[in-house]
Amino acid sequence: MAKKRVVTTTINGEQTEFLCQPRQTLLEALRDVLNLTGTKEGCSNGNCGACTILMDGRPVDSCLVLAVESEGAELETIEGVAPAEGLDPIQTAFLENAALQCGICTPGFIMAAKALLESNPHPTEQEIRFYLAGNLCRCTGYDKIIRAVQDAAKSREEVTV
Amino acid sequence: MATVEKEQQAVSTNGHYKVIGTRPIRHDGVDKVTGRARYGADTRLTGMLPAAMLRSPHAHANIKSIDTSKAEALPGVRAVVTSADLPDATDRVANLGEGTVNLKHLSDNVLAGDKVLYRGHAIAAVAADNIHIAQEAVKLIQVEYELLPPVLTALEAMKPDAPLLHDDLRTDDLGEIADTPSNVATHIRFEKGDVEAGFAAAEVVVEREFHTATVHQGYIEPHNATALWNADGHITIWMSTQGTCTAPQQTAELLDLPVSRVKVVPMEIGGGFGGKISVYLPPVAAILSKKTGRPVQLVMSRTDVFEATGPTPGSAIRIKMGVDGQGRITAAEAWLAYEAGAYPGSPVGAGAMCVFACYDVPNGKVDGYDIVVNKPRTNAYRAPGATNAAFAVETVVDEICEKLKLDPIEFRINNGAKKGTRRIDGPVYPRIGMEETMAAIRDCEHNRTPLEGKHRGRGVATGFWFNIGLKSTAQATVNPDGTVALIEGSTDIGGTRASIAMQLAETLGIAAEDVVPTVVDTDSIGYTDVTGGSRVTFATGWAAYLAAKDIQGQMIERAAKIWDCDVTAVDYKDGGVVGPDGKRFSFKEIAAEAHKIGEPVIGRGSADPQEPGGAFGTHLVDVEVDMDTGKVTILRYTAAQDVGTAIHPAYVEGQIQGGAVQGIGWALNEEYFYDDQGTMRNSTYLDYRMPTTYDLPMIDTIIVEVPNPGHPYGVRGVGEVPIVPPPAALANAIYQATGVRMHELPMSPPRLLHEILKQRASNGDQ
Repeated sequence: MAKKRVVTTTINGEQTEFLCQPRQTLLEALRDVLNLTGTKEGCSNGNCGACTILMDGRPVDSCLVLAVESEGAELETIEGVAPAEGLDPIQTAFLENAALQCGICTPGFIMAAKALLESNPHPTEQEIRFYLAGNLCRCTGYDKIIRAVQDAAKSREEVTV
Repeated sequence: MATVEKEQQAVSTNGHYKVIGTRPIRHDGVDKVTGRARYGADTRLTGMLPAAMLRSPHAHANIKSIDTSKAEALPGVRAVVTSADLPDATDRVANLGEGTVNLKHLSDNVLAGDKVLYRGHAIAAVAADNIHIAQEAVKLIQVEYELLPPVLTALEAMKPDAPLLHDDLRTDDLGEIADTPSNVATHIRFEKGDVEAGFAAAEVVVEREFHTATVHQGYIEPHNATALWNADGHITIWMSTQGTCTAPQQTAELLDLPVSRVKVVPMEIGGGFGGKISVYLPPVAAILSKKTGRPVQLVMSRTDVFEATGPTPGSAIRIKMGVDGQGRITAAEAWLAYEAGAYPGSPVGAGAMCVFACYDVPNGKVDGYDIVVNKPRTNAYRAPGATNAAFAVETVVDEICEKLKLDPIEFRINNGAKKGTRRIDGPVYPRIGMEETMAAIRDCEHNRTPLEGKHRGRGVATGFWFNIGLKSTAQATVNPDGTVALIEGSTDIGGTRASIAMQLAETLGIAAEDVVPTVVDTDSIGYTDVTGGSRVTFATGWAAYLAAKDIQGQMIERAAKIWDCDVTAVDYKDGGVVGPDGKRFSFKEIAAEAHKIGEPVIGRGSADPQEPGGAFGTHLVDVEVDMDTGKVTILRYTAAQDVGTAIHPAYVEGQIQGGAVQGIGWALNEEYFYDDQGTMRNSTYLDYRMPTTYDLPMIDTIIVEVPNPGHPYGVRGVGEVPIVPPPAALANAIYQATGVRMHELPMSPPRLLHEILKQRASNGDQ
């Protein structure tokens, strides 16, 4: 078995060093090495988006990234979305819109929605549907998720004004 | 696909109640949007070992031998198990909360004995120091197979010369056991009236055959189990399951132990839809734990989930229906053959009861067949059996309406089941809302807006599901500050902590936020049946109502003591106790007073309600068909459903929307695509292709409230029926758009294009 490697990253704003095997995915390292279990595994081949995190600001399926590839990267996971007190407007919008049922896809959707709103603060419904098409939800039929992202866009605007 | 702009649909809000009908933030919400909620695979225990499973690469084979020695010799491997480690389950039968279960079949499904019956069938498992070692060890297990020809569809499996899955399976043909083995496990029949006379009186008779593919529940969270077999002989299992109390029953039976030795700690569950009731992993993880003395965790891969869990059956269905000149149904006949998968137990019984359940059919006959094939053992999936049947019957109804030039909505209202209608299988309906859902669709803005444009069409279909009652327990502790800690045994799969807490809050006249609901382990609460059958808000909600009533009674006694009066002079109303001379304590006040003068107040509720109140839903859909590719685009979708009383309307809408979209996926894309050797060729999400955000518009809902007379707040189950109408509604819309009648699911682009081209050829319009 290949020797473990030391990887130095920034995770949710804090510099973090961890040990991993070269063959471990970033998803495995987050969940099994760093105990950040908020990032979920649904398929481990990049089809469901449940493991979406932000890597240098871009949404990635962490199951498709090797942990060693995150050397020097800035990572943001669901655990880092809320401020110390309260919630991020996206999280609040998901709650107020009942945009989750079982909740297993929710962390991935919130990360993808965050990336969307960072790059496009006023998306149309069509743009939201296009951007989130890599995240599967089997419970909601997506209606309330789309509405939550629309609401989050509005409330982020109010915060920044 | 973005949503077409339109006038906002009014949402029904119930004005009778203070808490019921409002939309509080769910109690477990913050944990689920921050990543703190712990699902089954998030379980982390000291010394925990991961494990991996060996699964059959063949759909049908005898196992001649299994050699695990090389796997055991791999450094880092801690234990290996095969079916030889399971107790002999031959000829044991047990009732495990899903009806009677043949334990030998259940045991063989958990770890194959001398035969594998489907690709993905579990054969052995390895626990090791890390998951990669476990997976490597699995590859070192040597299995000698004797290959057998697979049989993959109901119609093939019914043939007399078909390969047999089970040497000992003999058809139960209307109660008589056949002499020779067969793949047909059972044949059932329901009859009413005189079918021949009924068809003779018809002006139009339409008879059609339909086929539907195997589809999966598709929950995003794979199955998992983490087990600890403690030195004292007690087993604890952390898992996500729909059956907190049935999972330990099944596990205990499979391990041949008393149920009291197995405790299940229900973790958050990432979807189930019926597919997380059967036990697959817990007994295996438990034996691995026994052998290693450490906790062991098993988590399925996505391919394992597709190949070895779920699915819901593929089916072949024939429908014959006759209607007279006045537009009344005179007779109806159905022939249903459902694939059970590797072991008997398809939902053909439910399909046979549901097939004509939306209609007042004077003369009817339904035959149902349960057939084993070399596919994974089927499990419940949202209104199991009903969607297949509704696709067939609702398409035939549409064709009859066309032939007789009848409006399909008015036809359904005129022939619709109502209070007093007797179903073909016997039961007579209490007050139901089939007619109301049809009227709601008839009158909605969507239906009143004409659909224009080329290759566009509008379709309607309706559906029925029974819902179930069964046993539930709730316990509520009153805190001195006037809040209530509510514990319950129903795992929360989609907001039921809120819907149960709200019924307790309503009964006590307190805020939903003043109730703190917790789902607890099986040692901590009374028996509670599965989270399934659309029963939790109905039955566990009822248990919470009873717990609140119990608290009311104790508060009345406590107030009588304080006021020094007879209990009959004290009443509980408007969120508090009232006594003689206008004396009153609010709930918060009496909670504080009660704490000062006596024992803690704990309310208890256990329920086994018998009248869940059937659910009806009617869906309306507009589509546009690309005539060059066969791709169907949904332009607009509206679903109306009788929900009895909507406790938390947002989650009621969510159930309707989610069910409708699963039905849309079933209709348009999803299928198990098998090669002739029985290998599923699309066992990833990319290829199985469930609906994404980009495939859909918003799903509009109309909540119809015809209160269930069998529940204190009129609740009907909500979750299942919305999956039933979509395939037929879409088939009818596709017909309007293209002139092509689809008789097979899914109506995927290649299939639809094939029919479009066939039609062009027959019209001489190349």
